[in-house]
Amino acid sequence: MGNALLQYATVLVLSIFAGIEIIARVPSILHTPLMSGSNAIHGVILVGSMLILGSATTHPEEILGFLAVILATLNVVGGFVVTDRMLEMFKAKKPVKKDEVAK
Amino acid sequence: MSRGTLIDLLYLVAATTFLLALKGLSSPKRARVGNLTAAVGMLIAIVATFFQHIDGHALYHVPLMLLGMAIGLIVAVPVARFVKMTAMPQLVAIFNGVGGGAAALVSITEFVHIHSTRPATYVALEVMLGVLIGTMSFSGSAVSFLKLQELMTGRPVTYPGQQLLNGVIGVVTVGLIVTILVNGSTALLWVVLGLAFLLGIAFVLPIGGADVPVLISLLNSFTGLAVAASGFTLGSNVLIVAGTLVGASGILLTRMMSAAMGRSLPNILFSAFGSVVTASGDANRADGRSVRSGSPEDVAVLMGFSSRVVIIPGYGLAVAQAQHVLRELADLLEGKGVEVFYAIHPVAGRMPGHMNVLLAEANVPYEQLKEMDEANSELQTADLALVVGANDTVNPAAVDDKASPIYGMPIIHADLAENVIFLKRSMRPGFAGIENELLYNPKTMLVFGDAKDTLTKMVAAVKAG
Repeated sequence: MGNALLQYATVLVLSIFAGIEIIARVPSILHTPLMSGSNAIHGVILVGSMLILGSATTHPEEILGFLAVILATLNVVGGFVVTDRMLEMFKAKKPVKKDEVAK
Repeated sequence: MSRGTLIDLLYLVAATTFLLALKGLSSPKRARVGNLTAAVGMLIAIVATFFQHIDGHALYHVPLMLLGMAIGLIVAVPVARFVKMTAMPQLVAIFNGVGGGAAALVSITEFVHIHSTRPATYVALEVMLGVLIGTMSFSGSAVSFLKLQELMTGRPVTYPGQQLLNGVIGVVTVGLIVTILVNGSTALLWVVLGLAFLLGIAFVLPIGGADVPVLISLLNSFTGLAVAASGFTLGSNVLIVAGTLVGASGILLTRMMSAAMGRSLPNILFSAFGSVVTASGDANRADGRSVRSGSPEDVAVLMGFSSRVVIIPGYGLAVAQAQHVLRELADLLEGKGVEVFYAIHPVAGRMPGHMNVLLAEANVPYEQLKEMDEANSELQTADLALVVGANDTVNPAAVDDKASPIYGMPIIHADLAENVIFLKRSMRPGFAGIENELLYNPKTMLVFGDAKDTLTKMVAAVKAG
């Protein structure tokens, strides 16, 4: 066990608490967007995929790395776009409401 | 500042945006900004990675990398933009599954890469965890997708000895992982991969369609943990932070979701909820009880005489794409001085909050949406409850039938209203597969047919009347 491992473990433990604290109070209407948003965030595996493809020296590694980049990109891009689409609808309410009142 | 330090600093910025994003996503006002913040942070992390040096060399295969990203981009954007809102849960399942798959691939590749020199035990452990959790998330999400897309049955799939068999696969997997840790054999890694794949499928099969969204949330959390494990292997703080944040908050979110359904997480995962179909499937049951059915025009008349109408929407509304017609009807009634509001069950639709999104799409004013508790206190004075494509969320069995699988789930008390109208396609039970006593209640009237057609007829009748 090197110092690096200990440092990563520290980051891990702190992140666990941060992750729990930060969403402690979320209204149920936001459960779905929150799930979808955090789904996009774990798309950060794209960084890992780039690193392994970027250090691949054999064909199997290249193939696996390439696949990983494709899958991770799907995760990141799809995740953010879907979440934005869900949240867009929450925003659209205000002006509509005024119209209705005016009627 | 050296190149490495600068890149690490950018990763820190990215990790901070992820934290801010999760914070923002917990509040309706800042949710969208939060999501965009994370997207910007992600872009920073990706761009920074292009300048990363590994073992003293710049990244190999950059053109191939860009090609892979282009492919992902070209596929993901149209899919995410244009798939119907009703299909949102399956979409999240897919994007989660591919993330888990990517995490597993990263771990495998790293293992193959470092295997020339025998890895330290803890490195092998991180790799195994990444492969195991990532692969389970991948195959589990795939089965969830099939269930939600109705490409396979939404009912729990059970077979004799299921839990025993799953347990055996689990134990064998753990045994193999320990073996790999001891002797560092790569050949066994492929066996673990195969078993993890099976385990993901076996884990999801016995879970009923209505519970799948909670499961997706759990698998989402799994993917986060797999990403964190890959982060350990690669020595990347940003992967560890982001993966762990998602893993930890995902587990909490999963618990909140199951609490919203009045169930515990173990109950959802292991009880094969809804595997027994209790309905006979036609209007008159074997015991001779019949239901009262009426026409859309009957309902329109009834509504015209009401002073307070509560609309209880469910997934059927979304399937029929009837949310726009429904709003038209509500507007008409309001014009006639009828007070209208929508009672939203926390798990109406197929995911918590799904119904709010669908109604918002149809421009239903936010203040007409009432959450369950508030709606229940208002229902006592309501003249009419209009249940559109919902079933399990208004089933009184959850309150008074201890034998019912949904016993204990909070429901919307449609039965408190003076009259209850169900718009239904048929007598088929709801997603959970349970008979609903409310349908046989004397004050209940059923209107059979496609929700959109029925509502359109009701709109015409109200206009004429």
